[in-house]
Amino acid sequence: MNDVIGLAPWLVGFPLIGAAILLLGGKATDRWGHWLGVLASAASGVVGFILMFRMIGMPAEERSVDHHLWTWLSAGDLDVDLGIRLDPLSLTFVMLVTFVGTLIHVYSVAYMDHDPHRRRFFAYLNLFVAAMLTLVLADSYLLLFVGWEGVGLASYLLIGFWDTGRPAARENAVAAKKAFVMNRVGDMGLIAAMALLFANTGALDFATTLSDDGVGSLSQATATAVGLCLLLAACGKSAQFPLQAWLGDAMAGPTPVSALIHAATMVTAGVYLMVRSGPILEAAPTAQLVVVLVGAVTLLFGAVVGTAKDDIKKALAASTMSQIGYMMLAAGLGPAGYAFAIFHLLTHGFFKAGLFLGAGSVMHAMGDETDMRRYGGLSRFLPITWITMGLGWLAILGIPPFSGFWSKDGIIEAAFIPVDGQPWRAWVFGSVTVLGAAITAFYMTRLFFMTFGGRRPRWKDNRHPHEGSPLMWWPLVFLGVGSAALGAVLGIGGTFTTWLEPVVGHAEHHEPVLPVPVIMTVTILVVVLGALLAFRMYAVNVVPEEAPRGSVLTRAARRDLYQDAANETLVMRPALGLARVVEAGDREVVDRGWAALPQTVSWFGSVFRRAQSGYVRSYAAGMAGGVLVIAVVAWLVGGLGGAQ
Amino acid sequence: MTEFVAPEIDWLALAPLIVVLGAGVVGVLLEAFVPAKARRMTQIVLTLAALAGGLAFVVVLWPQIVAQPVQVVGGSVTLTPFALGAQGIIAALAFLGVLVVADRTATGQDSFAPTASAVPGTSYEDLARRSGLEQTEIYPLLLFATGGMMLFASTDDLIVMFIALEVLSLPLYVLCATARRRRLLSQEAAAKYFLLGAFASALFIFGVALIYGFAGTVRLLEIAMAMRQGGLPLEGMTGLLVAGVLLVTVGLLFKVGAVPFHAWTPDVYTGAPTPITGFMAACTKAAAVAALVEVLYRISIGLGGASPEALRQLQIVVVVVAVLTMVVGTAVGSVQTDVKRLLAYSSIAHAGFLLVGIAGFNLQAQSSTLFYLLAYGIATIGAFAVVTLVRERRVTAGSGEDNGPVADDGIVLGEATEIAQWAGLGRKAPWLTAAFALFLLSMAGIPLTAGFIAKFGAFTGAVSGGLWWLAVLGVLASVVAVAFYLRLLVVMVFQPAPADSGVEPVETTPGVEPVETTPVVEPVETGVSTTTTATMARAQVAAPQRVVVTVVRSRGPAALAIVVCAIATVILGVFPSPVLGLVEQASKFVP
Repeated sequence: MNDVIGLAPWLVGFPLIGAAILLLGGKATDRWGHWLGVLASAASGVVGFILMFRMIGMPAEERSVDHHLWTWLSAGDLDVDLGIRLDPLSLTFVMLVTFVGTLIHVYSVAYMDHDPHRRRFFAYLNLFVAAMLTLVLADSYLLLFVGWEGVGLASYLLIGFWDTGRPAARENAVAAKKAFVMNRVGDMGLIAAMALLFANTGALDFATTLSDDGVGSLSQATATAVGLCLLLAACGKSAQFPLQAWLGDAMAGPTPVSALIHAATMVTAGVYLMVRSGPILEAAPTAQLVVVLVGAVTLLFGAVVGTAKDDIKKALAASTMSQIGYMMLAAGLGPAGYAFAIFHLLTHGFFKAGLFLGAGSVMHAMGDETDMRRYGGLSRFLPITWITMGLGWLAILGIPPFSGFWSKDGIIEAAFIPVDGQPWRAWVFGSVTVLGAAITAFYMTRLFFMTFGGRRPRWKDNRHPHEGSPLMWWPLVFLGVGSAALGAVLGIGGTFTTWLEPVVGHAEHHEPVLPVPVIMTVTILVVVLGALLAFRMYAVNVVPEEAPRGSVLTRAARRDLYQDAANETLVMRPALGLARVVEAGDREVVDRGWAALPQTVSWFGSVFRRAQSGYVRSYAAGMAGGVLVIAVVAWLVGGLGGAQ
Repeated sequence: MTEFVAPEIDWLALAPLIVVLGAGVVGVLLEAFVPAKARRMTQIVLTLAALAGGLAFVVVLWPQIVAQPVQVVGGSVTLTPFALGAQGIIAALAFLGVLVVADRTATGQDSFAPTASAVPGTSYEDLARRSGLEQTEIYPLLLFATGGMMLFASTDDLIVMFIALEVLSLPLYVLCATARRRRLLSQEAAAKYFLLGAFASALFIFGVALIYGFAGTVRLLEIAMAMRQGGLPLEGMTGLLVAGVLLVTVGLLFKVGAVPFHAWTPDVYTGAPTPITGFMAACTKAAAVAALVEVLYRISIGLGGASPEALRQLQIVVVVVAVLTMVVGTAVGSVQTDVKRLLAYSSIAHAGFLLVGIAGFNLQAQSSTLFYLLAYGIATIGAFAVVTLVRERRVTAGSGEDNGPVADDGIVLGEATEIAQWAGLGRKAPWLTAAFALFLLSMAGIPLTAGFIAKFGAFTGAVSGGLWWLAVLGVLASVVAVAFYLRLLVVMVFQPAPADSGVEPVETTPGVEPVETTPVVEPVETGVSTTTTATMARAQVAAPQRVVVTVVRSRGPAALAIVVCAIATVILGVFPSPVLGLVEQASKFVP
C-alpha cells in the first residue's frame, strides 16, 4: 500500500488543479475547458482504481491507512495534521464520486453545450469533486469540515448557476441561498461537535477521537451531545428532517448538478459522517435512537411528498430525501446497519444518478419542460432513456435482482432486528421501512408511467422529442448497467459487507422478529401492490393535463407537507423579529453611543489644542505646572499610603 | 607618591560609541579639507558607514554582552543587553533617517537651507541659494546627536547621562533651525526647542543633585545596592530620593514627549526640516525611553526593598503621565489638519503607550519596549520620508495641467502638509500611498504589522504588572488613534483630488483657530522678526498662479528607506519571533 499511497493526494489534486485552471484561466480556456474538466475527474478516477485494486490485494487488517501529509496547524494544545485516511469506506466513496462524477462530466459536455458559461460550470463541478474527495478522504474532523464546506460552496454555486438571463433566474438565486443558509444551520452542529470533541479528547483526528480511548473519555451525556450535533450536521447536508426544505428547491440547478450533487454524492455525506462516527454513536444509544427516528420520519416524509409532485425533478428530489432516510435509519442501527447504509448509498448513487440524467434527457428532448403532466408516451421517442430509466425504476423499487433490492432489503431486514432487546423498535421501524418501500413503488411507478407510458402524448406544440448526442446517452447506459447489476455483483455472498468490515466492524448476527423470507416476501408483495396501483392510475387511466384538486393529503404533499410555511412561522418570522429588535438596538443604542465618542474626543481635542498657543512662556509654565501636579500626586499617594 | 595606574578599558565595548562619535569629529574635519564639490557625497558615505559600523559592532558585541554585561570606564558606560539593544536600534534607525536626509529628490534640492545662518528674506540668502551652497555640516551634527543618544541609553551615571543629554540635544536644536523652506517657522521651532530643552535639563540636573544629596553618589546601581543593604546616612528620607528621581524623570519625559511636557513636540515637529523630524521622532524617542526605563527600573530595584510606598508613588506618577499622554495625544491628534502635526501627536500618543508598558515595572515588559521602539521608529521614519516627497507645485494658471500631464511644469515648493491636500494621493502615487498606509496601520496597531506586536507587548507588560485597567485604557486610546490614522487614509485613498482646478491653498476648516495650524509669530520670547514666510507665500498665491499637489521622485535613498521600513514593518508583524527572541535576551539591566 505504501508504494502507491503517495498517489492519494492526487485524488483531490487533479480536480482541484482543474478547477483552478478553469477559474483563473478565464475566457482563454473556453474552447477546451470542459474537456479539461472531464480529464481532471477521470484522472482522479484512475488513481482511485489503482488504489482500490491495490487495497483489494491487501489483507483485511492492513486496509486502513492514515497518510500524513504535513502539519496543518498547531495552536496551543491543538495539533492538526493534514492527512488522508484510506480505508474501504473512503475508497468506496472515492470510486462512487469519481466514476459517477466522470460520467456526469461527460454528460454535461453535451447537456451544457449551448450555455455560454460552460467553462465556469465545469470549474465548479471540478471544485465539487475535489471538495467531496477531501471530505471523504480526510483523516480528521477538521479537514472533513473543509471538504464539507467546500461541497456546500460548490452546491451553492451550481444551484444558482443560472442566476442571470433566465426567466427563473431569481428563483434560482433564492434556491441557492436557501440551500446555503439551511446548510449553515447544520454546519453549526458540526462545529459544536468538533468543539465538544476537542474539549473532551483534546484532538480532532479520527485516529484519536474514534479510538476506544478517545470514545472512552467521553461521558455518556457528552457522547450523546456529540452524536446529536453530528446528526444536526448530517441533517443539513443530507436534507433530513427537519432541515430537508432546501433539497426540492435545489432542483433549480442544471440537471447534471442534481444528479451528481443532490442525488448521488453530496447529500449522502451526512450518512458518511454518521457511519464514520459510528464509535461515538454506539456510545450514545439515545443519539442512535434519534438518528433512526430522523431517518424514519424523513423516509416517509420524502415518499409522501414524492407521490404528489408533478415536476419530474422535484419528484426525484423527494425520492432522494426518502432514500437517504433509509440510509440514515440504517446508520442509526449500529454495526448491523452501517454496511447496508453504505451499500444502499452506493447503489442509490448509481440508479438515482441514472434516473436524474434520464430526467435530464427527457427535459432536453422536451425543451426544458419539467411537468410530467405534459409528457406521456415518450418510450417510442426516447428508447435509450426509457430502458435505462426503466432499469433505475426497477432498482429503486427493490425488485430482485436489480441493485436496489440487495441494499434496501438489507436495511429492511436490519430494521427488523430488535435493538437492546426492545422488540417494539424492531416492529415500528421495520414497518416504516416496508411502508416506505410501498409508497416508493407507487411514486416511482407514477413517475415512470407519467413520462413514458400512456397512449397519447400530452405535449401540445409541435415538439419532436429525440435522444441527445451519444455523450448524453452513453453515461445513461453505464449507469443503467450499474443500476441493474451492481447490487448483485457486490451483494451476493456479502462481498460488500466483508469489504467494509475493517471499518464498520463485524456485526453479530441477530435474528429479526420475523423470519427473513417472510420479510422479503411481504416487502416484494407491497412493492408490487404499490406499483400496480400506480400503473392503474397513471398508465391505464388517462392522466389529466391539469392537476386535479386532490385530497387534503395530496394538496399538503404538493406543498411539501407545508415545510416552508412551518419554517417561516417557527423560525424565520421570530428570527426576523429578533433581528429587527437587535438592529434597532444597534442603531439606537450602540451606534449613538459610538457616535458620541468621536464627538467627545473632538471636543476634548479642541479644548486641549487651545493650550497649544505657540508661546514658549506658556509651554514652560505648563511644564512647571506639570512638575507641580506630579509632586502633588506623589505626595498624595505617599500620604494615603501612610509613609513619611 | 602613588604611581599612575592606567585604567583598563574594554575598548571593544565602547566601539559602537567611538565609531559614531569619532566619525562625527572626522566629519567636522572633512568640512575643512574636502573640496566643496565632493563634500556632500563624502559626508553621506562617512555618516552611513559610521552608523553601519556602529551597528556592526553592536552585533559583534551582542553574544558577549548577553552572557556577561560589562561596566566600562568606571561605570560611565554600562553595557547591559538592554542598553546594547537600544544602541543597536538607535544606530539602525539613524541609518534609515540619514538616508531620508541625504535624498535631494528629483528637484535637486535637499530639505536644508543653503546657509542656515543667513537671515531669512535677505539678499544674502538669495545669493547663497543661487550659488548652490549646501550645508553639509548637518551630517556630523547627526552623528553627534546619534552618538549622544547611544550614550544616553547606555550609562548608569546620572552625570554622564546629563552630558549625553546635552550632546544629543544641542545638535538637534541646530538641525531644527536649518529648514530650506518656511525658515522662520524652522528657526522659531529651534528656539522653542532650545528654551524648553534647557528648562528640562535644569530640572534633570536638579533632580540629580537631590539624588546625590540622598545617596552620596550619582550611580544608579550603587544607589540601588546601597538602599538594599541599608546604612545610608539619610535612610529615612526616601522623600528626597523620590523627589530627585521624579525631577530626573521629568527631564526624561520631556525628551520622550509625554504630557504635560509635550508642548514643544507639535511645534518643533512641524517647524523642523521633515527628514530631521523623522530622525528626531524615531531616534530621540528611542534613546529617551531607553534611558527612562533604565533609570526607573534600577531605582525600583532599590526602592522595592527599602521603601515599597516610595516605589508606589513612582509608579502612580508614571501611570498618571501615561494616561494623560494617551488621552491628550489621541484626542488632540484627532482634530489636526496638518500631516506633520498629526504625526507629532501620534508620537505623543505612542509615548503614552510606551509608558503603559513601562508602568508595570515588570522585567519582561521593560525589554518589550525595545521592540516597540523599533516598530514605532521604522514606521515613523518611513512616514516622514513619505511626507518629504509630497510637495506643492506652483503652476501658472492655464498652463499644462488641463491639457496634459503635470510633468515638469512649474516650480516645486515645500511639502504639502495640509491633510486636505493629500486627497487623491492614492491615485497619483499608489505605491507611495500604500507604503504610507502601511506605516499608519502599523502605528494604529493593526495585526500583521509590527505595531500590533509592539502594542501587544506593551499592554501585556501592564497586565502582568497588575495594571489591567491601564491596559484597557490603552486599548481604548488605540481605538481612538485608529480613527485618526484611518481618517488620513480615507482622505488619501477615497477622496478625489481637490478639484484639479483647485485654488490653493486649502483653507482651514471653519471653527479652527489659525493660531494653532500656523504657530508662526512668537514675537517676544524668541525675538524673531514678525514678517512671516507664510504670509509671503499666501501673497504669492494670490497672483494668477495656483498651487497643485505633486509627488516628487526620490533620487534613491529616501525610496530605499521607505522600502526598507515597509518591508521591516511587515516582517516584524508577520514573523516577529526572531526579533522578539533577541528582545527577550535583552531583559537584563544589572551587570
